[in-house]
Amino acid sequence: MTEVTAEYKTVKSEEVKVWHKAASVDAFPTDGGAAIEYKGLQVAIFNFSRRGEWYASQNLCPHKKQMILSRGMLGSEGQEPKVACPFHKKTFSLKTGVNLNGSECDLATYPVKVEEGYVYVGFSQ
Amino acid sequence: MEKIIVIGNGMVGYKFCEKLRAKADKNKFEITVFGEEPHAAYDRVHLSEYFTNPSVSHLEMAPRSWYEENDINLISGEMINAIDRNNKTVTSHKGTQLPYDKLILATGSSAFVPPIKGVEKEGVFVYRTIEDLDAIIEYSKKTKKAAVMGGGLLGLEAAKAMMDLKQETHVIEFAPRLMPRQLDNAGSDALLTKMQELGIKLHLNKNTRNIAGEGQMTGMEFADDSNLDVEMLVISAGIKPRDELATQCGLAVGQRGGIVVNDLLQTDDTDIFAIGECALHKNFIYGLVAPGYEMADVVVNQLIGGEEKSFKSYDMSTKLKLIGVDVASFGNALCENEDHKPIVFEDKHTGIYKRINISEDGKRLLGGILVGEAEAYNMLLQVTLNGMALPPNPEDLILGSRGGEETKMELPDSAQVCSCENVTKGDICQAVIDNELEDIEQVKTCTKAGTGCGACNPIVKDIFNEQLAKMGKTVKNVICEHFDYSRQEILDIIKIKKIQDYNQLLNDHGTGDGCETCRPLVASLLASTWNEMILDKGKDSLQDTNDKYLANIQKGGSYSVVPRIPGGEITPDKLIVIGQVAKKYDLYTKVTGGQRIDLFGAQIHQLPDIWEELINAGFESGHAYGKSLRTVKSCVGSTWCRYGLHDSVSFSIEVEERYRGLRSPHKLKGGVSGCRRECAEAQSKDFGIIATEEGWNLYVCGNGGSNPQHAQLLAGDIDSETCLKYIDRFLMFYIKTAEPLNRTATWLNKLDGGLDYLIDVVVNDSLGIAADLEKEMEFMVDTYKCEWKEVVNNPELRKRFTHFVNTEIPDPTMKFEDMRGQKKPVEWGA
Repeated sequence: MTEVTAEYKTVKSEEVKVWHKAASVDAFPTDGGAAIEYKGLQVAIFNFSRRGEWYASQNLCPHKKQMILSRGMLGSEGQEPKVACPFHKKTFSLKTGVNLNGSECDLATYPVKVEEGYVYVGFSQ
Repeated sequence: MEKIIVIGNGMVGYKFCEKLRAKADKNKFEITVFGEEPHAAYDRVHLSEYFTNPSVSHLEMAPRSWYEENDINLISGEMINAIDRNNKTVTSHKGTQLPYDKLILATGSSAFVPPIKGVEKEGVFVYRTIEDLDAIIEYSKKTKKAAVMGGGLLGLEAAKAMMDLKQETHVIEFAPRLMPRQLDNAGSDALLTKMQELGIKLHLNKNTRNIAGEGQMTGMEFADDSNLDVEMLVISAGIKPRDELATQCGLAVGQRGGIVVNDLLQTDDTDIFAIGECALHKNFIYGLVAPGYEMADVVVNQLIGGEEKSFKSYDMSTKLKLIGVDVASFGNALCENEDHKPIVFEDKHTGIYKRINISEDGKRLLGGILVGEAEAYNMLLQVTLNGMALPPNPEDLILGSRGGEETKMELPDSAQVCSCENVTKGDICQAVIDNELEDIEQVKTCTKAGTGCGACNPIVKDIFNEQLAKMGKTVKNVICEHFDYSRQEILDIIKIKKIQDYNQLLNDHGTGDGCETCRPLVASLLASTWNEMILDKGKDSLQDTNDKYLANIQKGGSYSVVPRIPGGEITPDKLIVIGQVAKKYDLYTKVTGGQRIDLFGAQIHQLPDIWEELINAGFESGHAYGKSLRTVKSCVGSTWCRYGLHDSVSFSIEVEERYRGLRSPHKLKGGVSGCRRECAEAQSKDFGIIATEEGWNLYVCGNGGSNPQHAQLLAGDIDSETCLKYIDRFLMFYIKTAEPLNRTATWLNKLDGGLDYLIDVVVNDSLGIAADLEKEMEFMVDTYKCEWKEVVNNPELRKRFTHFVNTEIPDPTMKFEDMRGQKKPVEWGA
């Protein structure tokens, strides 16, 4: 397990070396998410259209180690945008990856940009 | 370590141990308890429940493990028969000898058996211990007529037990009225009428002279030369304190029994205390449990060196349900030797009698009696005990206010609300503030209020709600931080403003960006209002994952597929299709409890293909993923079964197809049985239909699951059309008014007015909404579409069913292994 989670490390925007062209904007449902594969990693990309914001995090929920977060439900707690895991409703901040309703490990998060109808995720390698 | 020995493991002896362990360091006291019965302490107050649920563990105050966990040495089945006060030891009948520093006598009482000729005969019992009850149950197997001697509290409990044992039941009372210590003549008459209606035969003013029979009793003979043929007699004519040990070691006992104690519950020997029904305090034996608990508290307090506290005479008010009749008596109920002005309300038609005794000056309530309806008991008791000033029209206290403001009285903080656990209103309010309690269960755990006899529960809830309101917390059930409304209010907004879109609702009536609570809830409301495809127009972002992919997510992230099999009826051809599909996609198959077949282990991209094959073979969605109708289970019914009265299969198919796809606050299950043998288990469903000679009986609000509850009769002997009409109304009313994720049973438990109110609304149309409810259901039935059929035929929707959007490969982390020839997902995180 530890090796599965260890692969996922937060990438800050200044650390981005590769902008991976993930998919076209319409592959991502409004106020929803979808997963992409990049070098063996599974990354969930969220189109939070209600807020006009895009986020990306690891697709793996740290609670029961399930590749599922892209199918989670979006929402907010106070000002913080969040995603709820479909399995046991663990919620995580989309901005920081912190588990908001428990003490699970943080999610790794990735920068996202949208250019000319395509969604790009930033990786450090 | 101070050695404490408790003689007697009854309710009071147990409570003493509980309190001592709760209040003092474990290492300060070594506790040994002797109980002569084989069982650990059990709840004697609810003893009559043993006749309907003969399990001792159900009545136990605490399991044996509790004594171990609390380092209490419990020695059951051993009777102490000697106390040596000089050497401070006790000796049991088995010869066990133990030293004590302090000795607690909690020996309780035994049944008082009057000196009547023939009481030794076979068939004569007392009503006191589990052993007595076992003997009575055994003996009743060969008898049909039984008498209970004693028309007091315990006697009437015993009479109920005789009814439960299917005996023709007689009650013999020496006094001219029932419950002579609690009721006046008119109160007794009201109770008498109710008892007679239930088939209990009452004989007042009867002095039993002889119990007839050779060896076995065959009847009773009375002083007025009348007699009564009965095969069994249960004596419940009062209690006799168990004071023989006190006598043996030379402690003072009362003339008519009871160990003499002072206000500190000390006997003549300051190292020996007596508590509960064996103690004689100011020439009075307290035969109720609450004063016994208070005595235990007083003694514990002395042992731990707490603030000085003495036992004062105790209020003997009581409220109970006797054979389904509420009876309460409080304060000075009879006012035989006190000047007072009574206010009496009597309704001979409904069997309700209420009396309150007002002081001469009209300012205070002294006590009273309630028979047939005792809702006001807690309030009246508090007014009495706290000497609260009466309202200008004191009759409102028992009649209810006629017009104008409701009579509501503010209790002082010192008001004792729970007498079993001695909890005051102030204790409850303080606990709510200090511990930030947010629901009534927390209040009960924290303060113990309402955990004894439970009579005070309504008032505890009121105090809790008032306290929350005072703290500015809303008692209102708002659904989450994004909407300051209850589910029902949101439904009203959706209907009145004709809102069809979640974002519009949130923009106009909420704050923030929603969450996993309000999104699915609103999705469900939109679906049960407009019945549009649940994945249309961005509604997919509102659905829980099961609804989003129209399948049930399972461990590992695969999904299960459940086609609808209405009423559990399926052709061999369709069975073969299910088998072929399962085989082709390598799915684990299992028969469900709802008479259909679940196919597990489908990957997300396979779902539309699987469903395409199923739909082509004539299947449709089973909505196993939704908070909606699951199945209507049926037995085989009159077409095949030799007992069947009607065709339950046809009716269950009709019902299942009528309500398929209906979105509701929680899942819905139904059942139809073709006769009263009830093979479809319809009474464990949200709605259950059982065939009768004349038509159908309709039961509602049952469920299995973690808190099983039987469905209750909504209407009897109705035809199929009426049955559907009532279910239409019932389900729509539930959908409109239930809180989120409350099944019908929970909803009914919370519904003000309960089943009677529900019958009024659904059957008698008391709210005048029946036609609307039917119309709304008709709309749902008319606009039903199979969701899977729509997805299969819509390429845009089909595209959503994929694990990655940038590659065709399925989730590489999904793993299965073999079990009994089928696949299963690997364990979480393996």
